[in-house]
Amino acid sequence: MTEIPTAAESAHPASEAGEYTGLLGWVSSVDHKVIGIMYFILVLFFFLIGGIEALLIRIQLAQPRNTFLSPTAYNQIFTMHGTTMIFLVVVPTLIGFAVYFVPLMIGARDVAFPRLNALSFWMVVFGGLFLYFSFFAGGAPDVGWFSYAPLSELPYSTTPGVNYWALGLLAIGIGTVTGGINLIVTILTLRAPGMKLRRVPLFVWMVFVNSFIILFALPPLNASLVMLIIDRLLNGNFFTPATGGSAILWEQYFWAFGHPEVYIMILPAWGMISEVIPVFSRKHIFGYGIVAGSSVAIAVLSFLVYAHHMFAVGLGNPFDIAFATASFMIAVPTGIKIFNWIATMWGGKIRFTTSMAYAVSFLVLFTIGGITGVSFAAVPIDWQVEDTYYVVAHFHYVLFGGTVFALMAGLYYWFPKISGRMLSERLGMLNFWLTFIGFNMTFFVQHILGLMGMSRRIYTYPNLPGWASLNLVSTIGAFVLGLGILVLLVNMAYSLRRGKVAGDNPWKAWTLEWATTSPPPPHNFDEIPPVRSQRPLWDLVHPENPDWKHAGD
Amino acid sequence: MLPFQPISGAASDIRSLFTVVLIIGAIILLLVTVLVVYSSIRFRARKDEPEPRQIFGVRRLELFWTVSPAVLLGGILIYTIFTMYRVAPNIPVNEAPDLMIVGHQWWWEFRYPKLGVVTANELHLPKGQKFVTEVTSADVIHSFWVPQLGQKLDATPGRPAYMYIQADQVGTYLGSCVEYCGTAHAWMRIRVIVEEPQNFDAWVKQQAAIPTIPTTGAAGAGAKLFTELTCAQCHTIAGTTAKGTVGPNLTYVSTRETIAAGAAENTQANLEIWIDNPQVIKPGVHMPSLGLSANQISDLAAFLEALK
Ligand code: HEC
Ligand SMILES: [Cu+2]
Repeated sequence: MTEIPTAAESAHPASEAGEYTGLLGWVSSVDHKVIGIMYFILVLFFFLIGGIEALLIRIQLAQPRNTFLSPTAYNQIFTMHGTTMIFLVVVPTLIGFAVYFVPLMIGARDVAFPRLNALSFWMVVFGGLFLYFSFFAGGAPDVGWFSYAPLSELPYSTTPGVNYWALGLLAIGIGTVTGGINLIVTILTLRAPGMKLRRVPLFVWMVFVNSFIILFALPPLNASLVMLIIDRLLNGNFFTPATGGSAILWEQYFWAFGHPEVYIMILPAWGMISEVIPVFSRKHIFGYGIVAGSSVAIAVLSFLVYAHHMFAVGLGNPFDIAFATASFMIAVPTGIKIFNWIATMWGGKIRFTTSMAYAVSFLVLFTIGGITGVSFAAVPIDWQVEDTYYVVAHFHYVLFGGTVFALMAGLYYWFPKISGRMLSERLGMLNFWLTFIGFNMTFFVQHILGLMGMSRRIYTYPNLPGWASLNLVSTIGAFVLGLGILVLLVNMAYSLRRGKVAGDNPWKAWTLEWATTSPPPPHNFDEIPPVRSQRPLWDLVHPENPDWKHAGD
Repeated sequence: MLPFQPISGAASDIRSLFTVVLIIGAIILLLVTVLVVYSSIRFRARKDEPEPRQIFGVRRLELFWTVSPAVLLGGILIYTIFTMYRVAPNIPVNEAPDLMIVGHQWWWEFRYPKLGVVTANELHLPKGQKFVTEVTSADVIHSFWVPQLGQKLDATPGRPAYMYIQADQVGTYLGSCVEYCGTAHAWMRIRVIVEEPQNFDAWVKQQAAIPTIPTTGAAGAGAKLFTELTCAQCHTIAGTTAKGTVGPNLTYVSTRETIAAGAAENTQANLEIWIDNPQVIKPGVHMPSLGLSANQISDLAAFLEALK
């Protein structure tokens, strides 16, 4: 880490283009900000593809016995939609934000291992392209994003799609693990003088905790992907019951990764909410310690709840009770945060920017996802609603109403720092309302469809009473949602050129990334203000009432 | 909504738990929403106000919203465990199953080993009688779910799972496979017909009997075709040499309301379309189109219809 030249030392400060210019400059760059922006471009690209896949799914389901898509096409598309959104959109977006902002928020020049950082990014790119190449190489995978064996094994899945799926995810998985290691080392070693671990912004803290989840959760996935490949290409028998393997083994491995993965997708989002709500409420976060500490509890518990995805397997009451208990326990540290965020708003002076609108609606939508989540922990309820549209509704409330809404809050909050220009608030509010209405229209009715008996992952359905109209509502909602996203794209395209110039600190925020120019120079900081509390810039502006005067800071 | 219209003790136990959890959930959601909306309105900034008073946390409050959900959830957990044992009591290991459910891509095999009956996709149950049920699969993982009957249970190859099934109300109830199992997963539906015990017994008697195989007319020609063509390698018909087990037992297919696991109504016309080219009714299905002539098709259909 000592090799990283400081601004003064470096003979020619790495420009944004590094030693090369143009496209090659981007591709060869190891600057965390350039890599961060490349992550954003990548995820935007895949978000549009995943979104189009979602719309195709909704068109097919708009009416009973629709023949818009063949079953094979539908099955490929829903598999790719899930895989894309999880591995190529949500996780890389969170890592992209972390890569861009963690060094800035802790007052560092870059991440600890800039080259490794580039490697992580390019692994994700190649994994993603490899996965999508399957469309041209005999058909995309069509066995669902959790690829249950033996359906994913050669006798039942004869096209090479699953091979592309497994190898693509392996590449992405390696990139994610190296990314996690890099972030851990960065946060441990490159903090500005005075920034104790207890003083890092909550986003940084969440990323820190999250990176440990990545470190322990991804290996089971990577290992089982290799085993699946051995089964398929080398006639192994890990997961083939007909020849002595075990179908349950895959489930165990997959969910040992799969459930922590859910928290990987939400922790950094909580971090963003913990930055946005205080700034727009003009108040310090309520209970920094408990918000930070409860996240550690969640990280530990996230490894002990995974088999709640397997309650319908029939593994016996004692087994189910163990995982149900852990699942109930994890609801406590999750619920706490909602109240801490509300308490942060309480007594504040709230400014309703688009960012804040997203953050506030996050509180309610995520609560809905959390409550339906608790109903899965209550095992007999799970026995009813598991694998129905109720589940589809539940995890979209968590991952879209939760994570994506938080990401939107983060995007509107940090876009000025990244680009130097403000996003239009007017287009922003239009984007927000369309997204909010479209989202709820699409997914709320799916709770009801699930309770009416609609199984997930079906390419069509019989014309049972009520099914057609609710599905149609959901499809219309999806298009409203799509329109909302379109407005976001317009907003970004417009604001990048015409947006109001942001200045260093447009929101009067308090963390270090706002102490430098927008966008930051290649070396990030000319000068780092003294860090004596969690809000160094508050202390700077309010010398009469600095945070460090208060106990516990 | 189906889980709320139970026809069995197990399903009504689940309904009670679900109702309680939903009510508690609704109260919490209401609380959060009211707090969020209230503070959004009440604490909205007016122009040029100074920064509000900074509060870093209030230990007692935080303790309160840590402990009270924990207590509440602890209560639900206990109720959950209690319900689990009522819905899915332990089954003594030495009890032989009354009903064996086997998932196939993409149809259900229902065997009643003690009654000598084998059928497909439409499950007949006597009202008020408890069946020890074994659920397993011949190929990939499926999941058996009839919401009004109670819990779903995965059909995992190589690992049978067990549950009790008991229906207390006469009628026809719908369900489906709920674990994604490949191309035609959407058409792997279930129909449960609950009957008064005497009607069930009559049904069993009829299904267990060996039918008289027609020898004359269209049906007789169909019978001959059936055993000569490849049909017999995949299907079983009692009283003939057809003993295949790849596809559903067709001995009394004419008594079923639907064919192809709910994909089509069981009519003569649909049966002919099916025999001509099953992919038209259920794309992906593991039954080939044999390129038969119109005569052969109607003979085969007539034969299947004649078995009653
Ligand atoms: C390669 C095996 C195979 C052959 C050969 C075959 N079938 Fe089938 N058949 C199946 C399978 C598998 C199903 C179940 C399809 C499903 O519902 O997914 C089926 C279903 C049926 C059904 C509907 C049964 C029900 O209850 O839903 C009928 C009727 C039928 N076959 C008739 C025939 C006739 C007549 C022939 C010969 C002309 C024939 N089959 C040849 C495999 C076969
Ligand atoms: Cu199935």
